[in-house]
Amino acid sequence: MNNFLAALTLGAGYNSALVAIGATCLGVAAGVGGTFLFLRKRALVSDAVAHSTLPGVGLAFIIMVMLGGEGRSLAGLLLGSAASAFVGLLAVSWITERTRLAEDAAIGAVLSVFFGVGVVLLTVIQTMSSGRQAGLESFLLGSTAGMLFSDAVVIAVGGAATALATVLMRRPMTIVAFDPDYARSIGIDVPRIDLLMMALVMAVTVIGLKIVGLILIVAMLIIPPVAARFWTDRSSNVIWIAGLIGGSSGFVGSAISASAPALPTGPIVVLVCAAIFFVSLLAAPDRGVLAAVLRHRAFQRRVHRRQGLLALSRGEPIHDVMTLRVLSGEGLIRADGVATETGRSAAARAARDERRWDVARSLYQDTSLPGRYDGLTAIDTVLTRDEIAAIDREIGGPAALDIKGAS
Amino acid sequence: MAKTMPRVQLAAAGGEAVREDLSASPLAVRGLTVSYGNKPAVFSIDATFRAEAMTAIIGPNGAGKSTLLKAALGIVPRLSGRVTVFGEALDKARGRIAYVPQRASVDWDFPTRVVDVVIMGMQRELGLLRLVRPAHRKRAFECLERVGMVDFADRQIGQLSGGQQQRVFLARALAQNADIYLLDEPFAGVDAATEKAIIDVLKALKADGRSVVCVHHDLATVADYFDDAFFINVRKIAEGRIASIFNAETLQATYGGRLASTHIDQLRLA
Ligand SMILES: Nc1ncnc2c1ncn2[C@@H]1O[C@H](COP(=O)(O)OP(=O)(O)OP(=O)(O)O)[C@@H](O)[C@H]1O
Ligand SMILES: [Mg+2]
Repeated sequence: MNNFLAALTLGAGYNSALVAIGATCLGVAAGVGGTFLFLRKRALVSDAVAHSTLPGVGLAFIIMVMLGGEGRSLAGLLLGSAASAFVGLLAVSWITERTRLAEDAAIGAVLSVFFGVGVVLLTVIQTMSSGRQAGLESFLLGSTAGMLFSDAVVIAVGGAATALATVLMRRPMTIVAFDPDYARSIGIDVPRIDLLMMALVMAVTVIGLKIVGLILIVAMLIIPPVAARFWTDRSSNVIWIAGLIGGSSGFVGSAISASAPALPTGPIVVLVCAAIFFVSLLAAPDRGVLAAVLRHRAFQRRVHRRQGLLALSRGEPIHDVMTLRVLSGEGLIRADGVATETGRSAAARAARDERRWDVARSLYQDTSLPGRYDGLTAIDTVLTRDEIAAIDREIGGPAALDIKGAS
Repeated sequence: MAKTMPRVQLAAAGGEAVREDLSASPLAVRGLTVSYGNKPAVFSIDATFRAEAMTAIIGPNGAGKSTLLKAALGIVPRLSGRVTVFGEALDKARGRIAYVPQRASVDWDFPTRVVDVVIMGMQRELGLLRLVRPAHRKRAFECLERVGMVDFADRQIGQLSGGQQQRVFLARALAQNADIYLLDEPFAGVDAATEKAIIDVLKALKADGRSVVCVHHDLATVADYFDDAFFINVRKIAEGRIASIFNAETLQATYGGRLASTHIDQLRLA
């Protein structure tokens, strides 16, 4: 626990601090960049892109060794991975556009072929005599053990640039994701925006190789915006909430993994992210599962209450068990089903409201008023006192006066 | 003599040698062909829409009405043909043209509110860097007001009925403040009150000097709503003033005899 607190305040050692900064920057970039991937419904393409990085990593290593280098320069490896990710992306779009195959088939094909080639290359590299033990497998799931200052700088700068570019392009990307035909009609180059979006995703993938690895990076791209979506109905908010969720997962996840020796950073970061997703799924106001259940319950109670009161006012027997429970729970009826004093006046009020609605609907036929009748909304929340007085005059007679006395 | 004839014709067809002056027309297409496979959806269409007029595009299902609009806007690629907006190339005049798609095939669960959708119509003036200011928001509300949707400004776009969604997309087009409005079946599936509201907005646009082109299916209202008509069934059948071309003969040619003559008799024809 102490270790964890120390890590949270960047006080758990030099390496842990570097990892925390890197993971946070990566999380923000992934959340922000992944937002449009999610909105454009292209999450799986990013999986293909991520898996396509592997051959590039292997080839870059081989080339660097052949040129006499050590082969482990992070920048060099990332450059190679970006190049092969780009080829993978082109392959997916080429197959989708030029053949009759659907995108999911193209993704499956590209993902497995590139990943297979990558694994073969890594195996070859392991048996190569030249070059030190490469440790390239760490790109699969990420590895932060030997993270250098320069690595952290690459990740931070790359992440910041990606997030900035996404924020800059947010509006055209939103329009393309929402309504691509309309986007074209106002002169937005849709294929170019799509390519740009995938380039941003590619950048996130590449800078995330070191920390999260290519297998789990998709989670960092997709989970934050999906979780953010529970909290808001506006795409501009999804962007920053996703960035916040990604960034805090990176920070908290790296702190957790720093607090115990055997915890891998990447997977822990992803798990923290998933935990935030579950909390959002359950607890978000409005769109969360709990809120939905509660809202539905409350609504159901209102419906039963109203129906029960109207039945009381007409002197009809109530058979629905739930209605009886709601009414007796509020002390509106006695155990034997007979209305109490409060029950009778509430029933009279409900009946009067219903009468007023009837009159109002014919009085205000040409307005939006009739559409607002749902059997539940009390009319005095919709109309002014004067308007209601006019309606009551329309209803007329001693009945109105009588009910007025009751309320 | 005989040898030079074809060459002149080719040049004219390409629109290079003999360039007509189309600057008076808010939207003109020449020799437009679009095909989704090996079968043209529209074939060699010439159309010259009139400024400050309301034009109906009329034709049976699958006649290529939507395709004509989409190709004119560059939404689907043209196999051949030329599109001009006030005589200029489409890309130079994008800002002058606004589009309301047919029952837009958008993701209705998309995180966007009604007012945000209307603000999308201002993207060309906002560009990448400008922020959305209260003035933009105010204009968006004005556009919603014109289509009677102000009360719904804060709703998520999916929480609307079909007719309400249609009106929001009209408001988005209004926000573009364009000179020509292309609408694909704006009256499909809307109730009589909404139809009246929409046609009032369109007539106001016309009165304001804008041009309106509408894909329209209801033959009974064509003469009431529109000044001009463009009849299409893959090829152009006829175009011109309602008074001179909205007649049984054109309708028969357009619908290929699929329209019962009793139906035609009931229409207010020219
Ligand atoms: N995306 C597409 N892919 C393939 N064929 C298409 C596509 N869109 C339209 N078509 C075909 O092109 C032809 C013209 O279609 P279009 O949508 O332009 O017709 P329309 O006149 O608008 O019809 P409607 O009245 O039903 O809206 C039809 O035969 C249709 O099947
Ligand atoms: Mg159509």
